[in-house]
Amino acid sequence: MELEPVIGLEVHAQLKTKTKIFCNCSTQFGRSPNENTCPVCTGMPGVLPVLNFQAVTFAIKAALATGCKIARESRFDRKNYFYPDLPKGYQISQYAAPIAEHGHLDIETQKNGAKTIGITRIHMEEDAGKLIHDPVRARSMVDLNRTGVPLIEIVSEPDIRTAEEAGAYLRKLHTLLKYIDVCDGNMEEGSFRCDANISLRPRGQEKFGTRTELKNLNSFKNVEKAIRYEIDRQAYVLEEGKSIIQETRLWDPNKNKTASMRGKEDAHDYRYFPDPDLPPLIVDETWIQSVAKLMPELPDQKMVRFIEQFQLSVYDATVLTSNLDLADYFEETIKGLSDIKQAANWTMTTLLGMLNAKGLNITQSPVTATAFSTLLKLIEKKAINAKTAKNVFEQMVSSCKTPETIVKENGLEQVSDHSQLEELVDKIILENPDEAAAYRGGKTKLFSFFMGQVMKNTRGKADPKIVTPLIKSKL
Amino acid sequence: MDLHTLTMAQAQDLLSRGEICSVELTQALLDRIDLYDDRIGAFITVDKSCALAQAKAADERIAKGDNAPFTGIPIALKDLLCTKGIKTTCGSKILGDFVPQYDATVVAKLKKDNAVVLGKTNLDEFGMGSSTENSAFKITRNPWSEDHVPGGSSGGSAAAVAAQFCCGALGTDTGGSIRQPASHCGVVGLKPTYGRVSRFGLVSYASSLDQIGPITRDVRDAAMMMNLICSHDPKDSTSAGVQVPDFTKALKENQSLEGMKAGIPREYLEVEGIDPGVRSIFEQARKVLENLGVEIVEISLPHTQYAVAAYYILAPCEASSNLARFDGVRYGARDSDSQDLLEMYKKTRSQGFGPEVQRRIIIGTYALSAGYYDAYYGRASQVRTLITKDFSKAFDQCDFILSPVAPTPAFKIGENTKDPLTMYLSDIFTLSANMAGIPGLCVPAGFSPKGLPVGIQMMAKRFDEMSLLRAGFGFERALDLKTSFPVL
Ligand SMILES: [Zn+2]
Repeated sequence: MELEPVIGLEVHAQLKTKTKIFCNCSTQFGRSPNENTCPVCTGMPGVLPVLNFQAVTFAIKAALATGCKIARESRFDRKNYFYPDLPKGYQISQYAAPIAEHGHLDIETQKNGAKTIGITRIHMEEDAGKLIHDPVRARSMVDLNRTGVPLIEIVSEPDIRTAEEAGAYLRKLHTLLKYIDVCDGNMEEGSFRCDANISLRPRGQEKFGTRTELKNLNSFKNVEKAIRYEIDRQAYVLEEGKSIIQETRLWDPNKNKTASMRGKEDAHDYRYFPDPDLPPLIVDETWIQSVAKLMPELPDQKMVRFIEQFQLSVYDATVLTSNLDLADYFEETIKGLSDIKQAANWTMTTLLGMLNAKGLNITQSPVTATAFSTLLKLIEKKAINAKTAKNVFEQMVSSCKTPETIVKENGLEQVSDHSQLEELVDKIILENPDEAAAYRGGKTKLFSFFMGQVMKNTRGKADPKIVTPLIKSKL
Repeated sequence: MDLHTLTMAQAQDLLSRGEICSVELTQALLDRIDLYDDRIGAFITVDKSCALAQAKAADERIAKGDNAPFTGIPIALKDLLCTKGIKTTCGSKILGDFVPQYDATVVAKLKKDNAVVLGKTNLDEFGMGSSTENSAFKITRNPWSEDHVPGGSSGGSAAAVAAQFCCGALGTDTGGSIRQPASHCGVVGLKPTYGRVSRFGLVSYASSLDQIGPITRDVRDAAMMMNLICSHDPKDSTSAGVQVPDFTKALKENQSLEGMKAGIPREYLEVEGIDPGVRSIFEQARKVLENLGVEIVEISLPHTQYAVAAYYILAPCEASSNLARFDGVRYGARDSDSQDLLEMYKKTRSQGFGPEVQRRIIIGTYALSAGYYDAYYGRASQVRTLITKDFSKAFDQCDFILSPVAPTPAFKIGENTKDPLTMYLSDIFTLSANMAGIPGLCVPAGFSPKGLPVGIQMMAKRFDEMSLLRAGFGFERALDLKTSFPVL
């Protein structure tokens, strides 16, 4: 019996507001414990929540970017449970009436190609705090800096079938939220978190199997690994003739396996009910329109434009639009250039290669887009050749000097003078009669020997486009 | 001059004319509290030095001539309102020695005027009760008859005003907690429209029903207090962004109430167990209003019979969630012997909350549980909608609704404590106003044969406190109760 995995993902994305969702405390990460707190977010008696409308605007943006239908009236509910990181004893969340529903995200995987994943809903909620366990004195401490930080939870339909698709969905969503500038996407700091619901069913069967929920998936790689592991685990259990237990399982990235965290019988009854401290959230057409006006070009739109406007391949356009800063860098670079394909290659191999090696992101690049563009212009003008340009690029990285300065200081201008090069080629043939004879006798591989000699004599500055026909004709 | 007999309006007049100073007025009231509050038990906390310092500051402001309406006027606050730097107990052990770092918005408004906060008054724990017997600290006695309760939950505030310990007080009302003790203590109590007064700093019992309001010696003082406390507050999302009128404009001497219509709900008079004394005072009040030119019409509030049941689902549901924050983790009392988290929660909350609060938390938790939500919270919410509709229909026929406040005068201390259901039923005339979010005013209307005060209630449509104050003021002047204060 062939089993088909059914996967749904729940993503918690922290909204990039300056202040928390129901009070004026800062959301800045990395402050000392409980520095970002006030009576409201620490659940003091008598205080009341006041909704941060910037958070709503960000949620609307996310809804528009995922094609969701935005509710004219949504509501905040209370999710009741006791835990020391939850100061009020309830979390304010949108349960019964979320701000947005019925969206979708288009993904592409190597194996399954293009596919649309449905988005069930997007709702707003507040984050909880953090417990810090002190092993020495066997006690726990509470840090409420994160309490009340605004989140959106984006729930997918159970449309995902493979770990690869789950990875593609998450990467796409991650890119999208960063593009529209509502989430910084920092997974280590917990700004983008994912839970996965997984079940298996015999292929062709409509009814879902019993699912497990995976938590603690804090990187794209872990999501895919954990899902693969869980699919295999469930398949093994089913093939043994046993049944899956509905439970929450925790991914252990060190042991590379999932382990049961709590069963269904330990599941909380959250006793949701409408929060009487907050009136219904009304989002009218004017609000939606004003947010729509702020929407930047989305990744898919940008990719299509890159293909049409710059005649780039699908692959190149996909890479270059995979993050907004990179796309902006690229567009800045190609201003005034004519060979866009060359610029794309340089960006993807030389520039990104350097950044990857240094562990930097594009915004931290030691080479600015303007300087990078100047370098490419020098190649286009044939002022330097490609090989020299690599050399200049390396010096740009280490010295931060402009490419012109580097070229001038090191006398790297390309030698393109035809008569000067002809003289040199004649001289080299004359000085190497054996090699010349061998070439003429059919050993055409020796072409590179002569090219090497020319480059050696010009310290790599000769224009190969001139030298190549010269060598061939003279020999 | 007996300074303690002054109403807020009289005190304001004398203070602004420099005939008395706030320090002497405050001292006179503090002396009276010293003398009698051991017997009455109106206050949980009296901060003498703080009160006198505030009085001194008020006098300095008056001397400069830039006094505000409440400058120098001594006020008492129900101990459910947060006061910066002054212990706020909510009548509960669970708050321990909790001292807020912030003032409730209404308290901040009083302080901005340089009013004097005499102290914090006793209450049923977290506002849950109708007799002030559910306080963790003390019982409060009715100043008219010390073996009777003052009503509740704002019993301390009502008793303090009746005993002339303060010029006026603030209470809170979730199902009658201002109006019922005002009736039992022979003072004026007004529950404003939901959203009129900011709830910021009011420790929530049932957020969708709670409202802060004045408890005063007369209707004029209630209007004066309303002018101070009503406003939109950005810190309370449920506070209304409506225009606040000058409420004292509703008060005109010798004005006729000609043209006003008062509705008497048929269903209210059919309620079982209305004390004959209450009934006859109500009839008398009706005649007084008729003599003032008010036309009396019979109206119907057909869903009245479901109000108590629905209320005692909704209020506990909200309470069970609102009181979850009292968990021993960040502030207040904590059981320190517990070995693990769950035990700490259980012991802290079992020891910290009194039996009535625990009862309501359990009812609310149960009613919100999976599988019960629709049957309880859902249906109770539907009843609430129906009751609200009843009222809006009724106000097509009349300007205000006239009713008793409570079925009986104050009962004896301990008389009802073993029977919560009877206690709950005594809220029948008041809690509908909270369900519908409409304002309700209690004005003293007479005395029972045993000499206990009895008030009448007037309710108007949302944001129409002006009609209540106008009718209440006219009624109060026409009735002219001579013996309006008890002899201690
Ligand atoms: Zn805060």
